[in-house]
Amino acid sequence: MKRKFITGIRIIHSGIVNFLRSISIAMAAIMVMVITLTIVLFSILTNISFGNTISQITSQIDISVYLKDSVTQNQTNVLINNLKGISDVKSVAYLDKNQVLVQYEAQNSSNQQLLNAISQTSNPLPATIIIKPYDLNRISEIKNYLSKSDVTALQSDPPSYSGQRELAINRITHATNVLREIGILAIIAFVIVSALIIFNTIQMTIFNRRDEIQTMRLLGASKSYIRGPFIVESTIYGIIAAILSIFIINEAFIAASSALQASSLGLLDISYANKYFDKYFFRFFGIQLLIGILIGVISSLIATRRYLKFKTK
Amino acid sequence: MILFDRVVKQYGKNGTLVLDRVSLHVEPKEFVVVVGQSGVGKTTLLRLITREEKPTSGKIIVGGIDYDKIKDRNIPLLRRKIGVVFQDFKLLPNKNVYENIAFALEIVGVSSKEIRHTVPKVLDIVNLKGKEKRMPAELSGGERQRVAIARAIVRQPRILIADEPTGNLDSKHAWDVIKVLEKINKYGTTVLLTTHNKEIVSKLKRRVVTISNGHITSDKSNITASDNKINIE
Repeated sequence: MKRKFITGIRIIHSGIVNFLRSISIAMAAIMVMVITLTIVLFSILTNISFGNTISQITSQIDISVYLKDSVTQNQTNVLINNLKGISDVKSVAYLDKNQVLVQYEAQNSSNQQLLNAISQTSNPLPATIIIKPYDLNRISEIKNYLSKSDVTALQSDPPSYSGQRELAINRITHATNVLREIGILAIIAFVIVSALIIFNTIQMTIFNRRDEIQTMRLLGASKSYIRGPFIVESTIYGIIAAILSIFIINEAFIAASSALQASSLGLLDISYANKYFDKYFFRFFGIQLLIGILIGVISSLIATRRYLKFKTK
Repeated sequence: MILFDRVVKQYGKNGTLVLDRVSLHVEPKEFVVVVGQSGVGKTTLLRLITREEKPTSGKIIVGGIDYDKIKDRNIPLLRRKIGVVFQDFKLLPNKNVYENIAFALEIVGVSSKEIRHTVPKVLDIVNLKGKEKRMPAELSGGERQRVAIARAIVRQPRILIADEPTGNLDSKHAWDVIKVLEKINKYGTTVLLTTHNKEIVSKLKRRVVTISNGHITSDKSNITASDNKINIE
């Protein structure tokens, strides 16, 4: 036990000393890690920001059900309660004829002619139930309910989510789904590419020291004793790279908000991404550390393996 | 101590035959010089002892260990019992003199206290006191070779093999190295030295084994300067 502890301490010590003594080679590997980790973090933040923009767009979409003037308050209440009972329904709001008129007038306040025409007649607008679904991809149950014959009998017009409008909404949801998928695929691709780049860099630094490994083997050092310091070194690379990369992203946000005065770039909502980054700073830092250390350790394990085989010719 | 029984080493199925039925017996505490031209199989002989290579056929027993029975995972344990000095020194470039020597002790789990006690003593034997903090790149060839020797002897191995340790040194430094080897042998370590330096062979007056074309062509004790029969170069 004590011997294992001493060996562990020696491995860590030697890893740190090796790192300090070959700092120029280490810097190259760390820089590659910093760049790749920064790209990964940037793509994650971009994806989150896209997701937010998309959900803001889709959250504005709702289903309006127009009721006949003959529908009683009792029938309306039953309808609302039934709709609330559907699991995909987020909220249900009811606007009576007067409220709809007020809203309509507010929406068209610049069109005096239209307002005049409306005021000439008794209120032609129907009382409306507004349904907000949790997810636009999951509204079939709501649609089924609304198309039941006893429910359609209460409606003056088909619900807003039908015909041309349904088609347009479907297109939006399809596009947003594709965007989300592309975002996730991009992140996976970046992580894989980064892992390969970092792996190759670490492999090259270990390749440069293969003679050293060979010598240690000839002196009778065990595999773990040879490997250990390399793993410690790669862990240090990972930690430093994670710190630098999170620092760069942080500075980029500061630059974007103060120097560029930009809060969004098209679909990329910078201020949202910034807030999200600040809120989950330590989580992101943890992820960066984890990716950096994990890729470093795995790479050095694989790279040293090649030179550690005790196969004799 | 070291036994080679009809050892054959051939590279590839129909490749070069480097050692052809070589039999050799080295007694404990003996000092044996292996001579021969470059490429006759001297280094291969040593590489078979350190298990860097396996013989094509024949038996090797070193320090009571039968090489036929040793498993790959036990090779590090075997190597810890043998001190090796390489022609190209093979120092660890990222470690200073002290750390290079201490490394040999660290890998076998010697306590730090004992390392602090032992390493200076060995540095004294190889006349390197005061150069503990130097990196290998800052040392002369002779000094590097002495560090390599210090590293090989610090574990007090029963067997020390030295592959052309004087090959890269001028005659003064070469002789310094040989004197260190003699000193170690005096303390009871079996030494197997390969060289093609005629002067050293003559001065040493030890058992000389000559290898030529993969065979042992002569095996003589107490060779002297007047003996001109050995074919070294």
